Amino acid sequence: MPSGGLRMVVNSLKAYGYEPDPQMVETFSKYRKTHNEGVFDAYTNDTRRCRSSHILTGLPDAYGRGRIVGDYRRVALYGVARLIERKKQEKQALDALMSTEEVIRDREELSEQIRALNELQQMAAAYGFDISRPAGTAKEAVQWLYFAYLAAVKEQNGAAMSLGRVSTFLDIYIERDLIAGTLDESRAQEIIDDFVIKLRIVRFLRTPEYDELFAGDPTWVTESIGGNGDDGRHLVTRTSFRFLQTLYNLGPAPEPNLTIWYSPRLPDGFRRFASKVAIDTSSLQFESDDIMRSVWGDDGGIACCVSPMQIGKQMQFFGARANLAKCLLYAINGGRDELTGEQVGPAFGAVQGDRLEFDDVLEKFERMMDWLANVYVNAMNVIHYMHDKYAYERIEMALHDHNPFRTMAFGMAGLSVVADSLSAIRYAKVSVIRDKTGLVIDYKVEGEFPKFGNNDNRVDHIAAGLVSRFMNTLRKYPTYRNALHTQSILTITSNVVYGKATGNTPDGRRHGEPFAPGANPMHGRDSHGIHASAASVAKIPYRDAQDGISLTTTIVPEGLGHTSQESITNLTSILDAFFGATGYHMNINVLNRETLRDAMDHPQKYPNLTIRVSGYAVNFVRLTREQQMDVINRTFHGGDRYA
Amino acid sequence: MPENLVLPQEPLEATSPFELRVNLGREVPETDVRSALATGDMGFLHSFTTGSTVDGPGVRIVAWTAGCQWRCRYCHNPDTWTMSNGIPVTIVKATEELRKYRHGLKVMSGGITVSGGEPLLQHLFVMKLLTVAQQMGIHTAIETNGNFGDRLTDEDLKKIDLVLLGMKAWDTERHVHLTGMDPANTRKLAERLAAQKRPIWVRFVLVPGLTDDREDIAKIADFAAALGNVERVDVLPFHQLGKFKWKELHINYSLADVQPPSPEAVQRACTQFRSVGLTVY
Repeated sequence: MPSGGLRMVVNSLKAYGYEPDPQMVETFSKYRKTHNEGVFDAYTNDTRRCRSSHILTGLPDAYGRGRIVGDYRRVALYGVARLIERKKQEKQALDALMSTEEVIRDREELSEQIRALNELQQMAAAYGFDISRPAGTAKEAVQWLYFAYLAAVKEQNGAAMSLGRVSTFLDIYIERDLIAGTLDESRAQEIIDDFVIKLRIVRFLRTPEYDELFAGDPTWVTESIGGNGDDGRHLVTRTSFRFLQTLYNLGPAPEPNLTIWYSPRLPDGFRRFASKVAIDTSSLQFESDDIMRSVWGDDGGIACCVSPMQIGKQMQFFGARANLAKCLLYAINGGRDELTGEQVGPAFGAVQGDRLEFDDVLEKFERMMDWLANVYVNAMNVIHYMHDKYAYERIEMALHDHNPFRTMAFGMAGLSVVADSLSAIRYAKVSVIRDKTGLVIDYKVEGEFPKFGNNDNRVDHIAAGLVSRFMNTLRKYPTYRNALHTQSILTITSNVVYGKATGNTPDGRRHGEPFAPGANPMHGRDSHGIHASAASVAKIPYRDAQDGISLTTTIVPEGLGHTSQESITNLTSILDAFFGATGYHMNINVLNRETLRDAMDHPQKYPNLTIRVSGYAVNFVRLTREQQMDVINRTFHGGDRYA
Repeated sequence: MPENLVLPQEPLEATSPFELRVNLGREVPETDVRSALATGDMGFLHSFTTGSTVDGPGVRIVAWTAGCQWRCRYCHNPDTWTMSNGIPVTIVKATEELRKYRHGLKVMSGGITVSGGEPLLQHLFVMKLLTVAQQMGIHTAIETNGNFGDRLTDEDLKKIDLVLLGMKAWDTERHVHLTGMDPANTRKLAERLAAQKRPIWVRFVLVPGLTDDREDIAKIADFAAALGNVERVDVLPFHQLGKFKWKELHINYSLADVQPPSPEAVQRACTQFRSVGLTVY
């Protein structure tokens, strides 16, 4: 584990009152270089400055990048012996190629993969199981698959260690055993319940700062459920239901991160059951099967929150996110940081005069975005080069085809802040307020302006255009291993810390005030209800945000209807409309503000209160007070309304 | 509508329907208000919202009109009494806005509900909007106190797929005390709708001490049941979310100290409606 970075491990241990093993410290400081050291050997000065000023945040340069999903099913389906055989063939095939740097790296990686598969087999043997052969029963299939996942989480403290798409695969084994009479329904459910318990108890060693950023130590054991096959059949099985049922049998919980690949074409019974579970537990997220399948095929899974990929054939280089709101402020201030006054970005001309002019600001913003994109791609190339070199995910990559398709997943924070700011500059009058040094530190907004989240094209086009613009700018710069550039509009809970690190913005947001999470409209500004709010977000073009667009909604229980059946029907309708249009992702919380306030004051009463934040779920009472307040201040649809 | 009329630029949005809105239409000259009412080319709206599941079937868009001639003691939106507190919206703009939601409303088995205020105070505007809505294939509803039911022709009634009819009290004296108006017109509209077999959802607000008289509720229930076209009854518990508006508007609020009804009281009222065969939520 220290391969990612020794300091992070030592700090984490100290934070929890443990002394690091001196031999480990010696090994990783004297004899073995880490990913973290490698990255800082090659970072540019620009990158270092951007990191310190928080315009680039959360880069995986000191921790495991994660977001790589092994095809854990292969262990159950084929047995490890055959997987090793296959990897040997893949390596053999490289003998015909000239030993260039790429080919040498490939050969070394394949050798590491074979080594990891052998170790996996040994680990299972230590528990008394021979997983060199394929699984023979449902119980074995779950067991084999779990061993594979266990090996991955033992080896890598990756930020997100997702599971893939296993439920419908496992159903084949369960169904066979049910028909053979060697298994009954209650045992089948018990096996899935037990598996889910195992997934829930995965814990990594992480610093308190990390937990503050991401709220309560998530592991993102994301499991993809449902969806359709390219052949027209849906992929819902009884085991899809069994996974959802665990939220009743074991109580709601953030992990595993159960994700419905939703389509209005899925069977009624399943859509309604998923709606019911969402209403009862606030523990599900929904993502568009139609959009993801059309790009990535029908055997996709989600890494982390909203990042789709073909299981076993594709991986991503995770890249956290750039703070576009701060980038806008840099554009206005000619590259000076609005909080420190330091020259972080290039000294392009700052805005002159007292009033912000739309065309002027936009031109400056585009130049600054171009600079930021360049620094960002540079940083990502260094990070992933070093991660492959010093902290390679041996077992996870052993459960991929050789030479998988690679994406480089950039990210953007502050979408709605920037969209509303540009809208204010365009449609209202925005004057600047400077400090003694001429640094713009605040804004005065006079007049009304359209705000993102109200299905108003005047501002929704600004938001959508911003996503495309930043994506195209990123695409100008080549990536490590020729990965495909993608980006996500996702912040997870880091929208709170982005807010802390960003000064006053021209939309009227104050320094320190959290950003909206992901692609959400700013809190309270989407004043026309969920249909309008979701319609605005659905206009963000997926082709320019292929790593996912996250929307988190909160609906009060009474806002869904008078009876539970009516509420299920209405939520299903809302999902049908959103995903039948161009909606990509929706987290559903069905909660009252009063419940959350009560939980803040009496956490002991709500040990299992699970809420969706941005692409995953968290335990509410484990959030920091600031994060709790952020959740409470979000827009609650259907709450304050006529009787 | 005069071509040179400059409409205020306030957006048609409120942070919530409970946002106090006053004088948004103040710059519109009186003559223009009259001409707008005479043609129905312009309406005065408090706000609109989407995603409503409690103002008719499915998931709906709801437009709240400004202006009401009743003065219900429990009103939680007294800022909608005056038409000039609303935002002037042209029928063109309203239609454009509605069109954005056309597909979604169909998928969600929803529609448009025009509530208020009292929508029939602007019946020409409302009927123009609902006519367009129906042409788009969108389910149409109004929520009304029925007082101006006579303004609607039989043709108009065909363009309203559902009437959410507020029945506030039975006894005339009680009704006048509560709303300032006589309930006869409300019942007349109900009977007309029944004769034409147009569906009604009855909306009944339960206020402790004001509308919770058992006999009075029984009479409303009997009347509603006898109509034959009442598909359901919504019993709405009184709440105090609009209290601050009375204060800000400097209107004497007689219910300042009234508590919302207990769940048992709400259940009791529901049972009364159910006992005569009505569907109640």
